[in-house]
Amino acid sequence: MHELQALFGGFQVALSWFNLLLMFAGITLGVIIGVLPGLGGANGVAILLPLTFSMAQEPGGQTSAIILLSCIYWGALFGGAITSILFNIPGEPWSVATTFDGYPLAQKGRAGTALTTSFTSSFVGALLAVLLITFLSPIVANFALRFGPPEFFAVYLLTFCAFVGMSKGSPFKTIASMMLGFALAAVGIDTVTGQLRLTFGFIALLKGFDFLIAVIGLFGIGEILLTIEEGLEFKGAKAKINVKVVIETWKELPRYWKTYLRSAAVGCMMGIVPGGATPASFMSYGIAKKMSRDGDKFGTGIVEGVLAPETAAHAAGTSALLPMITLGVPGSPTAAVLLGGLLIWGLQPGPLLFTEKADFVWGLIASMYLGNIAGLIVVLTCVPLFAAILRVPFAIIAPVILVICAIGAYTVHNDIFDVYLMVVFGVMGYIFKKLDYPLAPLVLALVLGDNAENGFRQSMLISQGDMRIFFSNGLVGGITVLSLILLFWPAISSLIDVARGRKAPPAAG
Amino acid sequence: MQQASDERSIGSVRVWEAAVAVLFLAFGSLVAWDSHRLGSSWGSDGPQAGYFPFYIGVLIIISALFILYAALRSGDTEPFVRWGQLKMVFVVIIPTAVYVALIANPWFSLGIYEASVIFIAAFMRVLGKYSWLKVGVISIVTMVLFFLMFEIWFQVPLPKGPLEAALGYA
Repeated sequence: MHELQALFGGFQVALSWFNLLLMFAGITLGVIIGVLPGLGGANGVAILLPLTFSMAQEPGGQTSAIILLSCIYWGALFGGAITSILFNIPGEPWSVATTFDGYPLAQKGRAGTALTTSFTSSFVGALLAVLLITFLSPIVANFALRFGPPEFFAVYLLTFCAFVGMSKGSPFKTIASMMLGFALAAVGIDTVTGQLRLTFGFIALLKGFDFLIAVIGLFGIGEILLTIEEGLEFKGAKAKINVKVVIETWKELPRYWKTYLRSAAVGCMMGIVPGGATPASFMSYGIAKKMSRDGDKFGTGIVEGVLAPETAAHAAGTSALLPMITLGVPGSPTAAVLLGGLLIWGLQPGPLLFTEKADFVWGLIASMYLGNIAGLIVVLTCVPLFAAILRVPFAIIAPVILVICAIGAYTVHNDIFDVYLMVVFGVMGYIFKKLDYPLAPLVLALVLGDNAENGFRQSMLISQGDMRIFFSNGLVGGITVLSLILLFWPAISSLIDVARGRKAPPAAG
Repeated sequence: MQQASDERSIGSVRVWEAAVAVLFLAFGSLVAWDSHRLGSSWGSDGPQAGYFPFYIGVLIIISALFILYAALRSGDTEPFVRWGQLKMVFVVIIPTAVYVALIANPWFSLGIYEASVIFIAAFMRVLGKYSWLKVGVISIVTMVLFFLMFEIWFQVPLPKGPLEAALGYA
């Protein structure tokens, strides 16, 4: 009951005119960002982050700032679906699975149905995830109050091992990309000893690498380079949504309540354990295909095939904020950028946030409910407008996006060197994407590098260099063992497959 | 002829995999070496500065070796990128690099607004083949809007050039 009271207080914070205005502005900006190639949730929020610096100085401004940024995130989640369905171009990686059935539906002339389904499913997925956050996060935060350095390092370890275990490609590429992030995070002045690390005498490297620059370069410039390769010409279905289509679709949707619950469960799980929205959407699509009566019709354009990945992607994207606010460990690159925002505004994410900044946390949670309602309204009413953005020729939109990226990179520290770095990160992002190196682990390692290192150092100081401290009690030992299982999951799962293969014929699918 | 040269592949996936793995190998060695120089063991007061990064470097080396091994073993002769695609990439990345250099450099800085106008205009004219009128209107109006947004509404100062100085915005 305490949660409900706190949540009620949160609604009082979030429901001011100014905050409601920010919500709609954030959602609209977010959808535009989600629709444009080269701008996505992570780098969109990163670029707009500096605009909130002055806002966060005012009393109550931190809550307004997080409402604006998180609403951009929700908007980007909604927006990714628009391009997938109408143009067969996934605006975001997590909407790839949406193209499988969304685009065929649109080609059949049922674009309105596909869009309504996707928006409604996103909404339902997010809502279920916010409910989970509302009731689970105080418990997690309370639990985490007992954490010491070894426990925190174990949680970081779990985060990073989960990436290795959940990645579809080569686990070594995941590790290489992640360690590159850690190495870049180490560049600059070591906070404990004051020594210079990995600077090789370059003054520009003294302050180290800011992950916001990496996010803007890797996801922004890199994405544009990948898009231009194909020589851009958008050919899309017409976007039309009228009240009749919406109501008809809504009548049809409750039939799939089981798929909703399953997809949301998959999404929440993958969001909290950092696997992210992208694998969640694929997994949910696969499960829905196996469990559905119309399983063989998946891929030809059926409603259930849009519903499953969208619900999961939104549930995952939303629940990725749970570890961010309770433990200070973001579950996705966008959550990492939001975490960076909190730090810049002078808030320390983690279990203490719930007791020390209760109105901030509950204002944020309340805004998640309201923001998603606002999002549903905005996308349902303005789809044709957003689709029109994609019809702006690439020769105009590409340089404008590059200019926005450059401005975004500059405003992080008011340093032109960051803008040069952004271009370098862009080329790197392009090559990494082409060779299937995952970028999310790199970004998270860059964000969490210093914290993880401090946790490790402090643990080592406590134990005088004895690694057994990570198994010293049930809690830390349990997390460590779980991390190791996840780390070696690619090897374990192939062993299981071998063992099964001898006993039973492999399952089709 | 043009068609044929556009189809030419610039290195196979295998070659690029190996090249990037070698770069990782070099980077990992650099990290490990520098950390070792700083001291990667246990000092009198606890772990030294290079303690954590040293193992990061070692892990990069190990994973790079595995990636290199996998790349050399595989017969993946699929093209990494075709010349026609790479040309498009260059068409974007080279002007971007020039643009970024124009914003601010030790010799002659244009500031972000002027450089952006030139960048957008050049892009539209060369790639989009728009008329000079459209090019001028779109590039200038966009940047005036950005100027209003950043300098006036949000009060986030961006690098400025000679034109703003002449207008009194320093």
